[in-house]
Amino acid sequence: MRRFRVIPVLMMHQGGLYKSVKFKDYRYVGDPINAVRIFNDKEVDELIILDIDASKENRGPNMQLLSEIASEAFMPMGYGGGLNNINQVKQLVFEGYEKAVFNYSAVHNLSLIEQTAHLFGSSSTVVSIDVGKNWLGQYKVYELNGKKSVSMSVVELAKKVESAGAGEIFLNSIEKDGTFEGYDIPLIMQVSGAVKIPVIAAGGAASVNDFKKAIREGGASAVAAGSMFVFQMPHKAVLITYPDSESLNSITK
Amino acid sequence: MVTIIDYGVGNLNSIKNMLKKIGVDSIISSQSTDIENAEKLILPGIGSYEYGMKKLRSSAFFHSLQQKVLQNKTPILGVCLGAQLLLNGSEEGLPVEGLGWIDGKAVRFDQAKMSDSFKVPHMGWNELIIKKQSVLFKDMYPDHRYYFVHSYHMVCNRQTDILAESNYSYNFVAAVEKQNVIGVQFHPEKSHKFGMKLYENFIKYY
Repeated sequence: MRRFRVIPVLMMHQGGLYKSVKFKDYRYVGDPINAVRIFNDKEVDELIILDIDASKENRGPNMQLLSEIASEAFMPMGYGGGLNNINQVKQLVFEGYEKAVFNYSAVHNLSLIEQTAHLFGSSSTVVSIDVGKNWLGQYKVYELNGKKSVSMSVVELAKKVESAGAGEIFLNSIEKDGTFEGYDIPLIMQVSGAVKIPVIAAGGAASVNDFKKAIREGGASAVAAGSMFVFQMPHKAVLITYPDSESLNSITK
Repeated sequence: MVTIIDYGVGNLNSIKNMLKKIGVDSIISSQSTDIENAEKLILPGIGSYEYGMKKLRSSAFFHSLQQKVLQNKTPILGVCLGAQLLLNGSEEGLPVEGLGWIDGKAVRFDQAKMSDSFKVPHMGWNELIIKKQSVLFKDMYPDHRYYFVHSYHMVCNRQTDILAESNYSYNFVAAVEKQNVIGVQFHPEKSHKFGMKLYENFIKYY
């Protein structure tokens, strides 16, 4: 049986875990070490941690905290935020994060993508692309947490990083982020149809049904969610959850 | 003592962390003496075959490692790239000679044989198709699954070396075992309680 990966995404901000709506309105979720431990106990498929302050503050990853987080996390882990040289990637891999997630560097430092793919393989090289819409309703790539638009189309960037050796694209819809409205299926279709590497859909998930849509209709190879796994609707009380294996097994193509 | 071989590539700490969790002391080392004194060896690895093999071959401990595995028959567990390095070579990158302890090579997933929705690299959780009895899976949990992340997979020339296969559009070799040499394509250290059990078995029964 083919199992599709379902990936919780955690955002680190000011030393805590936060969750945004449309890349704004950050809400405190909890302590990262504790949250990762809970996800570990729930035997999640994989976990991605994004430090959303690092690039903005022009600093590298908080290795000490990341090391502590990884010490009891026996699942695949990816990290993104402030990665701008290969030594940081080496350190990250050594600590047990087998995936380095690049966002800012994908646009400004493509050689780091190439170097990472060369040294650690494409499967360790993930590029996250944040996609918003401009006033004409066209898809646009944004960087620095959606603050600044990039003069490259989504498909252009996806193809560019694919040929540089990226092994996976983490595709985040800014418009859908934290809304519980479901994924942006046309966006996922556009990118997964343009590249050969796996696309992880992110932004908007509210249910296992949304996962199925992203995979069946969008062509995603994996699905990610933030709010769905940390908030309980309708009042958005903080509660860490993860679908049971029966629901996960129902996500087939 | 368990020595996790440090040759500059691999998620060394995650293996050490998992061993610690099951109460096994281990060291991450590139010292010949730590390899010589080891009761069990673990050969991790992430990344390119060519780079990994070059780093391994140029390590000061390389001779000790060969002696330890081939003469002393110390059990060694290769993980991911570490498992592929046990073979004769790989299609990946420039041709370099592998360790040759298991007769076979690493080949790229053959996309011509795969349906379109199966993308390479293969990343995800898969169950195993066990091909021969081994203590590596002794008392394993039902429905055990493991995390894979790879673009190349092992191909063995001798069926008897194949311990388990897995399926990603087609069946491929997921684990090999020949006497004291064991290799797993997946990452047990990233596979929750299933991987923990596997490491436990490796330490306990080999």
